[in-house]
Order: sequence, then C-alpha cells, then structure tokens
Amino acid sequence: MSVHPVVDQASNAARFLADRSREEYFDTLMWSLREARDRSASEVPEWEQLRDLGSAIKEHTLSHLADYLEQFEASAKRNGVEVHWAHDAHEHNQIVAEILSRHGAKQLIKSKSMLTEECDMRRYLENRGVTVTETDLGERIQQLDDEPPAHIVGPAWQKSPEDVARVFAKAYGSDPNNAAPVYLAHEMRVHTRALIEKADAGMTGANFAVAETGTVVTATNEGNADLSGNVPRLRICSVGIEKIVPTHRDLAVFIRLLSRSAVGMPITQYTSHFRAPRRDGEMHIILVDNGRSERLGMEKFWQSLKCIRCGACMNTCPVYRRSGGLSYGSTYMGPIGIIMMPTFDIRRFSELPFSSTLNGSCSNVCPVKINIHEQIYAWREVMDEKHQIKLAKKSAMVAAGEVLSHPELYRIVTAAGETTLKRLPRFAIYNDFNAWGKHRETPLPAGQTFHEWYKANRRKA
Amino acid sequence: MRVGLVVPCYIDVFYPEVGIAALELLERLGVEVDYPFDQTCCGQPMANSGCEADSRATEEHFIGLFSRFEYIVIPSGSCTHHVRNKFIAAPPGPERDQVSKHVYDLIEFLHDVLKVNEFPWSEFPHKVALHNSCSAVRGLHMASMSERVHDPYFNKPKALLEKVKGIELVDFPRHDECCGFGGTFSATEEAVSARMGYDKLGFIQRSQPEYIVSSDMSCLMHLQGCGRRLGTEVKFRHIAQLLNGDHA
Ligand code: SF4
Repeated sequence: MSVHPVVDQASNAARFLADRSREEYFDTLMWSLREARDRSASEVPEWEQLRDLGSAIKEHTLSHLADYLEQFEASAKRNGVEVHWAHDAHEHNQIVAEILSRHGAKQLIKSKSMLTEECDMRRYLENRGVTVTETDLGERIQQLDDEPPAHIVGPAWQKSPEDVARVFAKAYGSDPNNAAPVYLAHEMRVHTRALIEKADAGMTGANFAVAETGTVVTATNEGNADLSGNVPRLRICSVGIEKIVPTHRDLAVFIRLLSRSAVGMPITQYTSHFRAPRRDGEMHIILVDNGRSERLGMEKFWQSLKCIRCGACMNTCPVYRRSGGLSYGSTYMGPIGIIMMPTFDIRRFSELPFSSTLNGSCSNVCPVKINIHEQIYAWREVMDEKHQIKLAKKSAMVAAGEVLSHPELYRIVTAAGETTLKRLPRFAIYNDFNAWGKHRETPLPAGQTFHEWYKANRRKA
Repeated sequence: MRVGLVVPCYIDVFYPEVGIAALELLERLGVEVDYPFDQTCCGQPMANSGCEADSRATEEHFIGLFSRFEYIVIPSGSCTHHVRNKFIAAPPGPERDQVSKHVYDLIEFLHDVLKVNEFPWSEFPHKVALHNSCSAVRGLHMASMSERVHDPYFNKPKALLEKVKGIELVDFPRHDECCGFGGTFSATEEAVSARMGYDKLGFIQRSQPEYIVSSDMSCLMHLQGCGRRLGTEVKFRHIAQLLNGDHA
C-alpha cells in the first residue's frame, strides 16, 4: 500500500500558471527546443528510418534482455569492473553505501543521473554521513534550492537566470543581481571544482551500456561526467537494465537520435565511453531493476522501456509546458512520466494519465517511437479497472453511460424547452461546468436541438 | 449513395446549425442522407475518461443503428477517431468492424470519397484562420503533422476551403498545437486547458482573422468560451457551414 497521497497534478499546475511570466518563460523555452528538434531532424533525410531502426533495436534488445545483460556483465568483468545487481532502489542505495564505506569515502561527487533520483539515493547517503555534491550545473542548482529536477535533460530549466542568481547568492554569496550566464557558470565552477578535486568517489548514470564491450556511455554538454568519472580513484556507475544496447553499431543509431531530439544539436559536447577503472582505482557498475522487469511483462506498457530519456516528448507536450515539471510530483515527468510512474506506485500516480489531452504530439517526436499517447489512454482504463478513478468522476460516467444508451432518456435530458444549465448534457465534459466556467464562458444551448429541428422539418410521418 | 449521418451530442444541443449544414451540404452533393432518429452519442466521453465499461451500452446502441450503412459520416474528427480507432467497448464482431471500417469524418468523405471539386454555391469573403483538431491531424491524418518534418505537405480541410469563393486563409504560429479542449480534460484540468485556449487564440489573432473555422466543433466550443471570456471579437464557424454556402 502506498503511503504517499495521490499527486494532484491539476492543482499543482494551476499554482504554476498563477505566475504568468514564469509560465510564459518556460513555455517559450521548451517550445524553442521543439523547434530546434524539428530543424535538426529535417537536416537528416533518413530521420524516420533512424527512428524505426532505434525502435527495432530497442525492441530486440528488450525481448532478449537477460542474454544481453549477462553478456554485458561478462564483458565488464573482463575489463576489470566489479558488477553488482540491484533488485530495487533500496538495494541499489545499500550497495552504493557499502562500496563507499569499504573505502571510507565521505565525499561523493555525482554527475546527473535520473536513476539515482528515482532511488532517492542522495537522502539515503546523506543520512549515513556521506556528502553528495551534484556537479551538473542544472542538477546543482536544484540541489542548492532543495528541489527535484523539473526536466530530465535540463533539471533547472524551469528557473530563469535571475532565479539562479538568487539561488547562488544565497549559497555562494555571489552577486544576486548578476544573471549573466557566463558569470553564473563561473561561480558554479569556482565552488564545485574544489569539491571535485578532493572527492573520495565519483558517480554517474549512463545513457547507454554496450553489451559487446562492457562500455558505459554518457552524453553530456558540460563534461562533468568525465570529471566525476575520472578524477576520483573510486568510480561508481548506476545503470537501469533497460539501458543496454547490443553493439557499438547499435549505439551509433542512438547517438544520432539523442541530442537532435533533446535540444536540436547533432551531438552533445561530450560522448564519453567508460570501459575500465583507472590504473590505480576501482570501477563499479550497478545494474538496477527497480520495477523494470515487471514492466517488461506488461503487454500494453513494456514499450516505455525503450525510452532513451531525450525529453523531446516533454518539450512538445502542451500540458507539460504549461504545468511545469514539478507539478507531476515524480522523478520522471511529462508524457514519459505519465506512462512510467504508475508502475512505481499506482495509487500515488493514479491521476497522472488524466493530465493529457491525448493530442499525440509526444508519440510523433519520440526518437524510439514509443506510442506514448496510446499508453496514456490505456492507463486511464487501468485506473478504472483498479478503482483508482475519483468517485465524482466515476459516478458522472456511470450516469452518462446510462443516459447515452437510452435514447428516450437522452431526449428528455436534452430537450431544448426543458434545458436549463442544470440539465444540460454536461457529460461531454464530465458533468462539471463549474470548473469549465472558471476561465471560460459556458456554451449556450440553442433554442431547438438538431433532433427537434429534424423532427419538425424532415421527419416523414 | 446512402449515408448514415451522425450528429454528435454537443452539436445536437449547442450547435444544431452545424448538423443542419452538414445534412444540407451532403444533400446538395446528391447524397441520400439518413439520420437514424434514435441516435445519442458514440461513447467517447466515457471511454476517454477511462470508463470503457460504462461506454459499452452506448457503443452497442450506436452499432445497432449504424452497422447497416455503407458510409457513416460524422462532422467531427474526434468522434470519427473514436469510432474508427478506439471503438472497443462493445464485444468484437462483424457489425462492430463494419462500423469502424465505414466511418468517415465529413471532410474525409468530401475529399476522399466524393472527391468534390467545387462548391459553386459557397462564398465567404472574409479572413479565416483554420484550426485542425489533434484528432483530425494525428488521429485521422487529415493533414500532414508538424513533427513529421519529412512527410509531404497536405491539408484536406484547407484544400476544401480553398474552393470557397472569396475566402482569405491566414497562417499562424504553432498551427497544429493542441487547443486544450481534450474532452473531460477541459474540466479536470481547467486551468491548463484554458491557458492553452488563450494561447491558441493569441497565436491565431496575430494574423487578425474575422473567423476561426474548424471541422471539430468541440475545439471551437472551448475556444469560443475562452474568446468570450477574453472579450475578443473573432467569430467561430464549423467548416460545413462555409462549404454549405453560409456567407457570414
Ligand atoms: S519517451 Fe521518447 S521522447 Fe520521451 S524522453 Fe523517452 S525517448 Fe525521449
């Protein structure tokens, strides 16, 4: 049973929207990424074939996942890497803590990893006396402001440069009125370089893990994954088991898709391949399940495991852009969050599938062709089957189903002479013109329904 | 050619003139139109809310009335998309398949089946912005999609509107971004829904059209509600009204 309250994305979004300038800033920024993605995709004539190929490689890999995982483990071990398997978030955090304590490591630097967010690792380690420092600019901003990421690619994109200047001023004593990106980046560097140099251990996530060679690959723009991975002697890398690709040839397909989809650039500044520990060090890879195997067995939802975390579905999502990433109350947000989060906690995230207009733009931009909006629709049905739909809405739907399957009833309810605002067929928008009317005028019923017109003018006696 | 006409529930109650325009237009084009008198709804409102079981009886009722038609025509992309692609609440069978296979949005029927070349009776000497619904674009592929940058351009509703005398069609930014209606979404997520509607109107009004026209009245119902709240002057028409010869 879930101990967390149901996330009320709609109310969270309404709060985000209350600050018009912030909402407009975020929407404009996100839409510019969508436009950059379009331009970048249009420069690759074989773009749609690449998406087909990316999807096919992922489907193949996921349907032979056990074999590729074992191959990966064997390859990594040959490279001198210690491989661990974590069944869930707790086991993952325990393994990390155990490795760190074995080395007496107290200072951990980390480059962005959504998986460690998913595992809530930072809190776990900090409770055990380990200081965790994010080295990714966006992630560090969120850490200093004590907020989770608002976007899987740019964790702090919801903040304006002015916001960042305020956060840094508080944490670092820098000039709160200087929001120039160069100045802010400099402040960040000055304050984290020292921590990087004296860190006991470094940690990264992985964008891909190549089975044939045991390589883990990170794609970043700041190069901080390389610092986290190479500066300390002890390196830990957490990898979700769905990140496996069979070969480097396969990897090439995803490298071409990833950055173009994410931010409209042909490639990230750094595509780093980590294969073995440094000569005087240790390297650990933790392969994490945390619900993935279970999802792999879900007929309607396993395809969400193809995700390469580019964020394109979020950038194009008109609801995400106007809700902000924090409104989802979850590690993964936007369209991909909606279809993944209920597998972690169905009750807590039972409302998320309704935070969508089912417009389908997400599925069209997804570089690995996940049928995102169809899965959102399918999750709604699951919520009904599992009795996770709010009583008011459910009762309205039962009543609507009753009226709409009985023409006599339907005519009574819709008869123009009888129609008052109270008796309108509100079912079309779930019986709730009060909510509708907050920011919109309600439609006015016509003097005569089409049905009545037809009866009066056309019906043959 | 015999056609079964579906008049969606919200058109029946709020916009009967759209049902009348669709009926008259088909008749002008020489089609024999049946309006099954006992029709109610396609079941979408319930199914769209996850309550598929509650839409079963309504969908069965729909199948009972419409499975005898060779062509089922609906002046609504979202209802057509539901009946064609998401019509699974009723038990599977030849009659259900028949309905899903033979359903057409009015625009598809005019453009692809009748292949209408002209609407000689039509004239609309106004500046018009065309809004295509997400169901029409991404569900029924009635127009090329902005995300699919390599697909050849096409736009069926626009191709038909271009045959209307005197019309001036204007473009606007983010032309196929969702307007924010989304069925029950418009009530359950009213703040975001309205914001999307305001934004859509904002983008459209940059080119100062007199009319916003769509083949989906539900989008227009939402945009009209937003427009009236904002006090905007722009007017709303269903595409059937223009093609049927309304001059204003
Ligand atoms: S679901 Fe697709 S578009 Fe969204 S983040 Fe994953 S790969 Fe990118």
